[in-house]
Amino acid sequence: MQEIKKNPTKVLLLGSGALKIGEAGEFDYSGSQALKALKEEGIFTVLINPNIATIQTSENIADRVYFLPVTPDFVEQVIEKERPEGILLAFGGQTALNCGVKLYQSGVLEKYNVRVLGTPVQAIIDTEDRKEFVKKLDEINVKTIKSEAVTTVSEAKRVAAELGYPIIIRAAYTLGGLGSGFCDNESELDVLAAKAFTYSPQILVEKSLKGWKEVEYEVVRDKYDNCITVCNMENFDPLGIHTGESIVVAPSQTLTNSEYHKLRRIAIKIIRHIGIVGECNVQYALDPNSEDYRVIEVNARLSRSSALASKATGYPLAFVAAKLGLGYGLHELKNAVTKSTTACFEPALDYVVCKIPRWDLGKFKGVSRELGSSMKSVGEVMAIGRNFEEAVQKGLRMIGQGMHGFVANKELAVENIDESLSHPTDKRIFVIAQALKKGYDVEKIHALTKIDRWFLHKLQGIFDLERELGQFKKIDDVPNDLLLELKQKGFSDFQIARIIFGENINVEEKMGVVRNHRKQQGITPVVKQIDTLAAEYPAQTNYLYLTYNGVAHDVEFKAPQPPKGGYINPNQTSGISCPPPSGELEGASDAVIVLGSGAYRIGSSVEFDWCSVNAVNTIRQSGLKAIMINYNPETVSTDYDMCDRLYFDELTLERVLDITDLEQPRGVIVSVGGQIPNNLAVRLNNNNVHILGTSAENIDKAEDRHRFSQMCDDLGIDQPQWKEMTSLEDIYAFADKVGFPLLIRPSYVLSGAAMNVVSNRDELEGFLTLATNVSKQHPVVVTEFIENAKEIEIDAVAKNGEVLIYAISEHVEFAGVHSGDATMVFPAQKLYVETMRRIKKIARQVAKGLNITGPFNMQLMAKNNDIKVIECNLRASRSFPFVSKVLKVNFIEIATKVMLDLEPNIPHKSAFELDYVGIKAPQFSFSRLQKADPILGVEMASTGEVGCIGEDFNEAILKSMLSVGYTIPKKRVLLSTGDSRSKTDMLPAAKILQQKGYELFATPGTANFLAENGVKATVLHWPDSAEKPNTLDYIKEREIDLVVNIPKNLSKSELSNDYTIRRSAIDFNIPLITNARLARAFIEAFCAIGRDEISIKSWEEYR
Amino acid sequence: MNKKKAYLILEDGTTFQGFSFGAERPTSGEVVFNTAMTGYPESLTDPSYSGQILVPTFPLIGNYGVPPEVDNGLSIFMESSKIHVQALVISDYSVEHSHWNANKSLDQWLKEQNVPGIYGVDTRQLTKIIRERGVMLATIVMEGGDLTLEHQKFEDPNVENLVAKVSCCGLEKYEPTKNAPETPLNIVLVDCGCKYNIIRCLAKRGATVTRVPWDYDFTQLEYDGVMLSNGPGNPAMCGITVENIKKAIAKGKPIFGICMGNQLLSMAAGGTTYKMKYGHRSHNQPALEVGTNHAVITSQNHGYAVDTTTLGSDWEPYYVNLNDGTCEGIRHKSKPFFSVQFHPEAASGPNDTEYLFDTFLALCKK
Repeated sequence: MQEIKKNPTKVLLLGSGALKIGEAGEFDYSGSQALKALKEEGIFTVLINPNIATIQTSENIADRVYFLPVTPDFVEQVIEKERPEGILLAFGGQTALNCGVKLYQSGVLEKYNVRVLGTPVQAIIDTEDRKEFVKKLDEINVKTIKSEAVTTVSEAKRVAAELGYPIIIRAAYTLGGLGSGFCDNESELDVLAAKAFTYSPQILVEKSLKGWKEVEYEVVRDKYDNCITVCNMENFDPLGIHTGESIVVAPSQTLTNSEYHKLRRIAIKIIRHIGIVGECNVQYALDPNSEDYRVIEVNARLSRSSALASKATGYPLAFVAAKLGLGYGLHELKNAVTKSTTACFEPALDYVVCKIPRWDLGKFKGVSRELGSSMKSVGEVMAIGRNFEEAVQKGLRMIGQGMHGFVANKELAVENIDESLSHPTDKRIFVIAQALKKGYDVEKIHALTKIDRWFLHKLQGIFDLERELGQFKKIDDVPNDLLLELKQKGFSDFQIARIIFGENINVEEKMGVVRNHRKQQGITPVVKQIDTLAAEYPAQTNYLYLTYNGVAHDVEFKAPQPPKGGYINPNQTSGISCPPPSGELEGASDAVIVLGSGAYRIGSSVEFDWCSVNAVNTIRQSGLKAIMINYNPETVSTDYDMCDRLYFDELTLERVLDITDLEQPRGVIVSVGGQIPNNLAVRLNNNNVHILGTSAENIDKAEDRHRFSQMCDDLGIDQPQWKEMTSLEDIYAFADKVGFPLLIRPSYVLSGAAMNVVSNRDELEGFLTLATNVSKQHPVVVTEFIENAKEIEIDAVAKNGEVLIYAISEHVEFAGVHSGDATMVFPAQKLYVETMRRIKKIARQVAKGLNITGPFNMQLMAKNNDIKVIECNLRASRSFPFVSKVLKVNFIEIATKVMLDLEPNIPHKSAFELDYVGIKAPQFSFSRLQKADPILGVEMASTGEVGCIGEDFNEAILKSMLSVGYTIPKKRVLLSTGDSRSKTDMLPAAKILQQKGYELFATPGTANFLAENGVKATVLHWPDSAEKPNTLDYIKEREIDLVVNIPKNLSKSELSNDYTIRRSAIDFNIPLITNARLARAFIEAFCAIGRDEISIKSWEEYR
Repeated sequence: MNKKKAYLILEDGTTFQGFSFGAERPTSGEVVFNTAMTGYPESLTDPSYSGQILVPTFPLIGNYGVPPEVDNGLSIFMESSKIHVQALVISDYSVEHSHWNANKSLDQWLKEQNVPGIYGVDTRQLTKIIRERGVMLATIVMEGGDLTLEHQKFEDPNVENLVAKVSCCGLEKYEPTKNAPETPLNIVLVDCGCKYNIIRCLAKRGATVTRVPWDYDFTQLEYDGVMLSNGPGNPAMCGITVENIKKAIAKGKPIFGICMGNQLLSMAAGGTTYKMKYGHRSHNQPALEVGTNHAVITSQNHGYAVDTTTLGSDWEPYYVNLNDGTCEGIRHKSKPFFSVQFHPEAASGPNDTEYLFDTFLALCKK
């Protein structure tokens, strides 16, 4: 670097906490990069982030980690203790930004003399407060959407009348559009405005520009006022659908040079005027019929879009933004990809990327599936291609919802195509396919969707190709030119097989037929680099993707490559391809492929990225080459410098085989990326790919219910009784034998969630006849459901069937709450030694029985020392990072070494010796999922988690609950505690609350019960009652600080009253607990220790 | 579209197969790549591409069709009155375009202007070959044509005077744009292959522009400043222009050169130029104003560069390329003469450096 910077010696970075809708893995990526950038400067870094499953909270990233809530009070305490000179606010999403603004406004930063690095706080405030923002942009004659900020509902109505409906409402200072929505008339406005005010004291009423194009720019500015735009992006879905809900392409596809640079120029004008130092994002609405535009918003921080832009271009935005915050100029930094050119440039792409959101709306009961101005998706994928068709079809496979691309999918039942096109849901793009099938033309679809015709023509092209292929009944008859074109337009072998051979065949087998045929014809993909400069300069990059739109690889392979049709290169490839030094694989057997986790979804999230990254690190530390395959832009595993080669591509059998064909690896690791890679094990093995660790045969044995059960029986291990059945009569007979409640898992679902618990014969009948279909083709698995049993998990690593290390955790909630939604305690605090001993024994037996080599996880239940195995996964589980970090033993490192057949270093450390307790708590995003019932059950509903460490159980649970957004109630608690059993469970907690001076409110039944037991509670009547005082009024007026509502039974048919209480608690932003055991644990904890008594200790201080 | 094969054959024998669009005819030229992601109508009409086969590295081309040409005056979205490239080689052609301002497809426009195109080519591989071996001559052969290397006629456009080919024939006058600020300045624009946007940038600032042919002795005219335009090919072909610039330097009125204009001013300042391996053609070239921390992102299109070590002692580097250190501009140490290698008028590309027109006109006012 040219000049010596006066760097601060110690810097605090705020993380974003648990993953939630609107704030997900992208902030692990941006925080990790920022920490790397600071570390390179020799700065001591302190991180506050309770999200224990992240990379940034791992060893050797930050110098000191606090697993504490990112709230002003806790952050102040950490500042007081650590005395950092600088603070970074832009790398932890809206959570960190809001916290930072509050610390600034309350004078804390000034008090402790902490300098905000990068964008000044005033600039942040200018962009966050809509009134200020509009004023600021007016000053430079930049157009914003005509709007007005109001503070009351009546003001909102007046403004709406002036602007004319439709209008849109936005709440200021919220995550990804929370509390926002469209209103077509005054009555809709009434409802929405009231709700928005619960999130923010100020809301914005503006004219709706539905149907305009939505375009974003990522802009960077340094302290010398030098600016670049790293990337622009265009939404496939027009304005009106939140950008987090839209399919997005980068770079823009339908903008002329004049439009592109007009918006770029304005973005730079804005960033200069606001005074950002670092990175910001500018969102535009662009008139589809002129160059007219409006600025929608500016985010003065790293965002989901900037993470996407980073992955889309290869430009390390977060890393550079952190350096700029330290005072570097753009021209003083190097392009980390080429290593020879400057960071002061704008990436040139020679491919197109397509981001597609991943929704999990099927997991929620009652949720509205319509897409709109607030975000509901839980993850996203990024697909790379050399044309739009290739990228979009890859992407539609990547989202992993059973779709194979744009066409050749299972028939989608669409009742009213016109309605579904004009009121889009998560199935929107497949409705377009359906419309094309029904003969709709591009014009008609455009009229209904306002999606630009360019995109629709491309989709039409895919549809036409399907038709063309459909004329052939044999693969040998398909002309090579057509086959190549299909592959170039993103068709998978699966799609081709299904189109040629029809639906009712063994597609798996026919897919192999297609694959072999095209390989014989020389139709194989090529590997291209993402190098930031469109090949203008040689780049030492290992960031790769596969495409059929090319004739030569950018990197070299050991295996001989077939020639490509029509391409003659007399000089061979040597001398023009550029094998990166790090990516040059000396011998094929040195390479180990790690399959990543794919899109974040409910049930598979950042924890598997942590596992993947740790596996990659271990491989590299062992002197081998690590190859990563993953396509999730929100991850650290897809960072440019994490592995020796990164294939940003599909995790399908076809694509993994394409890559193993080229790389000829020593083996593939399928056990660290969650269920997607795990599911590939058997099929990869069948295709002669070596699976490292536990054999595919044994993985299948654990996955196959029947085989696993047989093994347990042989070993004398108990399981809850279960049976797979194909007729109603059998099911009723089973129910008579086992008794209720029962867990039902249909293999075919008509509506609603896949799994359900039924409490009686009526519910069973109702569920089986209405929601599912029982037949020979669609068997149903029915399992005995044991109530009031403890649930226990064991995470372990074994080698050749011998357990090397393990961790036993217990759930706070009883079995029946999905393990991903449960509050998990490690080391287990309330288990009998006998129980522990027997669990250990079972784990040993299973490890031996399945000859496990690598990670595994078992879920068990215990009732009176009677232990039953619920589930066994021969892969890393969600809790691996949690137990690894609490125990301070990296389970993945050990597992990876074992799988590589290397000697792991096993520390002699027992969980019994820990003087502290770790608690992992789930984060829910119900506030985003309009109308969804915020209830816990056998289907997982949480979107993220935190893990906190405390001196004892009470402190740990308090820290973790505060980290997922709960607050200690000030005065008033509402209890509505369900059936008599949970009423009894809750009684001690109610007594403590009363002793502590809390004012208790209860629904009539609960109030009676409490009165009988000497606890005084004010009766609040049910929502559907006209009587006052009423629960609903108290919730709406926010007179209550905590709502405890325990559902009366395990079935999903809840009384609407309970639903109304729960839903309004969520909608009016009042903490809600729906599980008696958790409610009791939380109440006892905050009554036992005060907020002031919570210790502020870093991870390393717990020894 | 019926798919007819077409081939690109480089002088080293490398052959790419693709499909024909635009005019179905063989041709020959010098292959150059451009990494810009937008602006094909602007690039195709840029006279600096005269004699060249253009390869955009961005694979999706034709998406937004072609804007209407305006019959009289300056076409708003184009840089000259016709397509100047010899041929266009791309990866993915959008048969169906979509834009409010499009009135025809790229295919149709290329056909009208008798310019051949090939799509379906691995343009990244082609780019890497050019990057490693330097710009090359190439031929385009239609399906059924002779593909043998020995029979290809590789015509080198740089042996002829491309500037003379694309420059205007006589004096043309452009009045200030309507509603432009009143600036009673007369600017002489020496047309070596001038892009329309240079004229627009001057006219919208209120200047009256007199466009003169490349070899015209403009020093006889009354003027307040001289603008030296961009242009194609080897600057060494423009000896006459350099002589005229020398006279203008003696006259002392402000001079501002762009691209080829930078090379010609440098030659007038005693400097020399050289041919680069594969030039700069993109929208993302970073340049630093020498002696400052002021960095700019620029649009570029040039194959020759100035060797700043050869400049007379009264001259100094003005801007320098942040990637490879090449000359991005020169200026006179005391007099109002300066030039840049990049395109402050952009079109296509970023217009971050349009302020240089203000700098120039401010000097002219003095």
